[in-house]
Amino acid sequence: MSEPPRRIEITEPVTITVDGREVTAQNGEWLIDACERNDAYIPRFCYHPRMEPVGMCRMCLVEVDTGRGPALQPSCMLPVTPGMSVDTTNDKVAKAQDGVLEFLLSNHPLDCPVCDKGGECPLQDQTMAYGPGESRFVEEKRHYEKPIPISETVFLDRERCILCDRCTRFASDVAGDPLIHFIDRGSQTEIATFPDEPFASYFSGNTVQICPVGALTAKPYRFRARPWDLEEVESTCTSCSVGCRVTIQSSRNQLVRYQGVDSDPVNWSWLCDKGRFGHEASNSEDRLREPMRRSEDGALRVAQWSDALGAAAAAIRSVDPSRVAVLGGARLTNESQYAWTKLAKSVIGTDHVDAQLGDGLPAEVVLGLPGASIDDVCAKGGTVLYLGPDPKEELPVLYLRLRHAAVSDSVRIVECSPMRSGLSPYAAASLQYAPGELPALVAALCSGDVPDGGVAGVDADTVRSAAALLDGIDDLSVVVGRANLAETAGVVVDAIDAVRSARPGARYLSALRRGNVRGALEAGMSPGLLPGRTTIATGSATWTEAWGAVPTAAGLDGLGILDAAAEGRLDVLILLGADPLTDAADRSLARRAIAGAGTVISLDSLPSASTLQSDIVLPVAAFGECDGTTTNLEGRVTVLHQKVTPPGTARTDWMIAAELALRLGGDLGVESSQVELWDELVKHSAPHDGLSSAALAAQEDPDGLLLPLDATIELAATTPTNVPPRSADSLRLVVNRTLYDSGSAISHCASSAALVPEASVRLSPADAAAMGLETGTFVTVASSHGSVSVPAVVDPGVPGGAAVVRHNLESVDAGVLVDAADPVCDVRVELR
Amino acid sequence: MIGTTTPAMPTAPGVPAIVSSRFGVADGHTLEGYRSSGSYEGYSALRAVLEMSPSAASEIVKDASLLGRGGAGFPAGIKWGFCPADVWPRYIVVNGDESEPGTYKDRVLMERDPHQLIEGCLIAAYAIGAAQVFLYVRGEMAHAQERIAAALNEAYAAGLVGRNILGTDFSVDIVLHWGAGAYIVGEETALIESLEGNRGMPRLKPPFFPAAKGVYLAPTIVNNVETLSNLPWLFSHSVEEYRSVGTDSSPGTRLIALSGHVENPGIFEVAQGTTTFRELFESELYGNGIRAGHELKMFIPGGASAPWFFPEQVDLPLEGRVVGGAGSMLGSGAVVVMDETTDAVRACLRLVRFFARESCGKCTPCREGTTWEEKILQRILDGHGRPSDLELLLDVADNISPGPYPVASDPANDLDAVPYPPRQTTICPLGPSSVAPITSAIRRFRHEFEDKIVQRDLIPVEGVSVDV
Ligand SMILES: Cc1cc2nc3c(=O)[nH]c(=O)nc-3n(C[C@H](O)[C@H](O)[C@H](O)COP(=O)(O)O)c2cc1C
Ligand code: SF4
Ligand code: SF4
Ligand code: SF4
Ligand code: FES
Repeated sequence: MSEPPRRIEITEPVTITVDGREVTAQNGEWLIDACERNDAYIPRFCYHPRMEPVGMCRMCLVEVDTGRGPALQPSCMLPVTPGMSVDTTNDKVAKAQDGVLEFLLSNHPLDCPVCDKGGECPLQDQTMAYGPGESRFVEEKRHYEKPIPISETVFLDRERCILCDRCTRFASDVAGDPLIHFIDRGSQTEIATFPDEPFASYFSGNTVQICPVGALTAKPYRFRARPWDLEEVESTCTSCSVGCRVTIQSSRNQLVRYQGVDSDPVNWSWLCDKGRFGHEASNSEDRLREPMRRSEDGALRVAQWSDALGAAAAAIRSVDPSRVAVLGGARLTNESQYAWTKLAKSVIGTDHVDAQLGDGLPAEVVLGLPGASIDDVCAKGGTVLYLGPDPKEELPVLYLRLRHAAVSDSVRIVECSPMRSGLSPYAAASLQYAPGELPALVAALCSGDVPDGGVAGVDADTVRSAAALLDGIDDLSVVVGRANLAETAGVVVDAIDAVRSARPGARYLSALRRGNVRGALEAGMSPGLLPGRTTIATGSATWTEAWGAVPTAAGLDGLGILDAAAEGRLDVLILLGADPLTDAADRSLARRAIAGAGTVISLDSLPSASTLQSDIVLPVAAFGECDGTTTNLEGRVTVLHQKVTPPGTARTDWMIAAELALRLGGDLGVESSQVELWDELVKHSAPHDGLSSAALAAQEDPDGLLLPLDATIELAATTPTNVPPRSADSLRLVVNRTLYDSGSAISHCASSAALVPEASVRLSPADAAAMGLETGTFVTVASSHGSVSVPAVVDPGVPGGAAVVRHNLESVDAGVLVDAADPVCDVRVELR
Repeated sequence: MIGTTTPAMPTAPGVPAIVSSRFGVADGHTLEGYRSSGSYEGYSALRAVLEMSPSAASEIVKDASLLGRGGAGFPAGIKWGFCPADVWPRYIVVNGDESEPGTYKDRVLMERDPHQLIEGCLIAAYAIGAAQVFLYVRGEMAHAQERIAAALNEAYAAGLVGRNILGTDFSVDIVLHWGAGAYIVGEETALIESLEGNRGMPRLKPPFFPAAKGVYLAPTIVNNVETLSNLPWLFSHSVEEYRSVGTDSSPGTRLIALSGHVENPGIFEVAQGTTTFRELFESELYGNGIRAGHELKMFIPGGASAPWFFPEQVDLPLEGRVVGGAGSMLGSGAVVVMDETTDAVRACLRLVRFFARESCGKCTPCREGTTWEEKILQRILDGHGRPSDLELLLDVADNISPGPYPVASDPANDLDAVPYPPRQTTICPLGPSSVAPITSAIRRFRHEFEDKIVQRDLIPVEGVSVDV
């Protein structure tokens, strides 16, 4: 098992004797780790450095003398004490370990030749290294039905299971989804789910990774490769902005498996299933392989790159730069983002550039607030004000970190959310506010001034007791984001302003979902912004010198671009991996925008509603198919590696930018590799100082390098958003995301697509009762903008007065309800 | 026993009935009966204890050297002192899970004299400052549960349990909890897991010594039913009177559950340390002799987990250290007598099978090893044994409990005793317990095994089917 001991700093050194050698260890650390760090690896099955030990498999027995004579002890549960003496190899130890191995093998089916784990199996490896070579067990072995599915993706082979409690411990202690358990006892013990309740966890794939035998296998990898055929390289998952470190493995030029790597400041070796099984989308048959152009008859037809690029360049060249816009880019590598920013802002000369679709936070807020890293937020004993989206749905491994912080590190979380979230059970206080009224709630929480009638729909006592948790906490960590896509970003900005004025010492973590959105903002992919946390006002000199020209006035943001396109004010709309037709919160605006824009040029790796409506489609390399770097939500820069070649003639986004620049008479100044782009950014950007490609390559740990957390952009003063009161006969809409939605990444990922939930409207029990509704009743949800029909779900986690609809589910297009021009969206829910 | 009155159970001359004085009293289980019968007046000890300081009460228990009766024989007073100072709350857990084969004395204590146990709980709770008492009763003991529940109701109504006991500042609740049928929850840390609502599987010691990290990781004292049932008598008498019975290292009495091939099986309260196994088997007060026409072949001196003793050991006293030095233990006070009609291999299998079935499955050597032992023994009995099986059996056992395993001496063959306790590769002593009958039986009755073993090394192993 490649699970090295956690890297620790030895703060309390003690001397112990390991196999006769005096070595230094950290007082109180597990003996098994201390020995491994000192070159005495002790075999183990149940111990995992990121979980509490249980001492069950007994493989790690060693002889320990703490002054009372030597005795066999499980080294995984024995804390190091000064003067301890350990023998890891003597005859008694060897006999005990061999005995355990023989016991484990006695009922093991030994079907290694057809087992996915064969070749990377600790049981196999230990047996090869120490085993007796012949079995003394002549009795009949235990038999069970060969693998049974325990979820949509995970299979369990109980004959192979060695009952090490890793999967079950992970499920209950790490993920908080205690859906698998031991049942029965003695040699009849087995792992089981509850009847009719699958192991439906967003984190189920981790159990497959940590299972020390082939008992747990995952559908996307089963029988796809043998370990000795695998090639691998380390990279960073970019499915969301947490940026979990992964090993990407390929066989015959196909990505077949991602395994979590233990990055101490980030993912602790865990991944979510969406990220883990993301390679299915890369391998999709539907991948865009060749450029396409819309021909005279209106159909998209395969084209030569030269034709497609020529047409794109011609379309751009023929119009005024102010009628060209670039939307999206959060999926790109840092280098591609920089190349596209440079192309748009310098070569083309437009500032209508935005990596976000009006569903994030303003760039000045993300880059202008003093930052907090994940470790800062999760630091022992701290206090967190959580104003972000449901982290379990949007930033799954951040949820794991926050959960651990709350459960094991006494971090107190005060959560304000439009409905109860995956984090709520672990929050010291969880307050469900009326949409649009977060600023008032936050102000009350920070000041302790709570009107007797309550605030934002939350009763006064609840607010007061939550305020008490925040009282006097100056170094508050605040997680901010968009918990409700039907509410304008201005509401969140106002809430942040309330915290800033009450707690000047607070630090912030922006919980934006898209993979490299942070990198996009650092690269200047936002109107009025230039790379390196500068604005047109502060960065013009630097970037004019670097690029030759920069915009002189701020352009349109994501919503502005869509508006302009809808109104016919844009001749060229370039979509960088963006799919406004399924991803924009205001769906009808997106439709009008795509229809109203002159030429739509789309760069994407998979077909989407928006690529199908585009005039020119350029296929791009996806994750694992290109080199570069990425920046996670904290501002942590890590290196991405290419493992396989892109399908067809797909190219990397920055190459397309460079080619277009040449055709437009410019030059991005990149000759052969993305490293040149990165080093150019680093050279001119103060925050990137010290993050050169050479410095990143020299990193020994998988943690990357963190951009400075301190703000360098001046926050613009904002005007408070005016939220109108809700009329008595309407409910206020909440649109939030779920991990598995109908976006193109999930739709093309076979195992995740099956998990996309059915659409519904969630209502509080009180509202449902008032309307005479039950779970399952079909209702019409209508705003002034549009209407949808969905089944109702009565959910006690929804506060009265709110109606919650999931974003982007194919079965129901909730985006038709939202009007991006309104601060909030009121709906009527009626029986159909 | 249910619904009947046990005949008054006499003790030997000079030996007081410390815990069994109401076994023969028809209404001894009621509050009224508890107050008006027996060797002391019910709840008078509690009244006295509430007038002393908690530490003085603990001191008395320590001075009396009240040994735990659950198996390990650890002095209760010293155990109470292991609670870390100033860590609150603390809990008392009463171990009423009695399931060791041959053991049935706690059940009778709970059925016949529940108030005695309740008073004992209250005294202990007062002495250590417990916030709550959890009384864990084995799932199958329906009658005991009913009697304890009824007694608790009476005690609550009389102001003896709950808020402001006997009008003092002392308050404590006693919560009754029923097991769900697993021997392993008698092991104290498994019992705590079960109390907390989890699967009953032992925790590792270290770090989970109950006195430091027990119920909800708070300091917890786990005591056996009989241990606590001694307290009312002790506190209504004196340390001197208590220590005048038995020996210095094993004062007081023990309830012995005698079963097997004796004329008069049953439970008897005997003086610890001085009474010998011979007296126990032969005295008219107790076993009244091996059943007529038969002779003693072997006996288990302390429950199924204890290595066997043989006729040479009958004159040993029921004294922990002596029995330990002789290669076994007094354990749970269950003495099982087997005469010459007993097949040693069958007896061995019977005991091993119990441990295999009751293994909780948490740790590998016990989970896999006990079942393997059972299968080998079963195969030998089925006529498919191989000569190599005995060494295999002993080696499998050795991988559960690295030897030499405690065993009695065999003077005829010039073999010495191996003293108690055994070592273990397992988490708890259950796995190693399965080794006791194996080493005892093979060392003494190897020929019985060999007689059953077919002199053939390569036998077809039946029942193996390979699904292709
Ligand atoms: C497998 C196993 C089963 C046990 N079963 C019981 C039991 O049924 N009753 C009991 O009191 N102690 C039992 N014990 C001993 C307890 O763990 C514990 O030592 C005892 O309850 C402490 O009480 P005492 O100090 O009053 O003897 C068992 C121990 C083991 C290892
Ligand atoms: S399925 Fe794997 S991880 Fe789970 S208990 Fe069995 S061997 Fe361990
Ligand atoms: S949490 Fe985000 S970065 Fe981590 S594996 Fe999941 S999708 Fe990838
Ligand atoms: S020795 Fe047996 S009963 Fe004890 S913990 Fe291990 S498996 Fe469970
Ligand atoms: S690794 Fe220590 S007991 Fe399993």
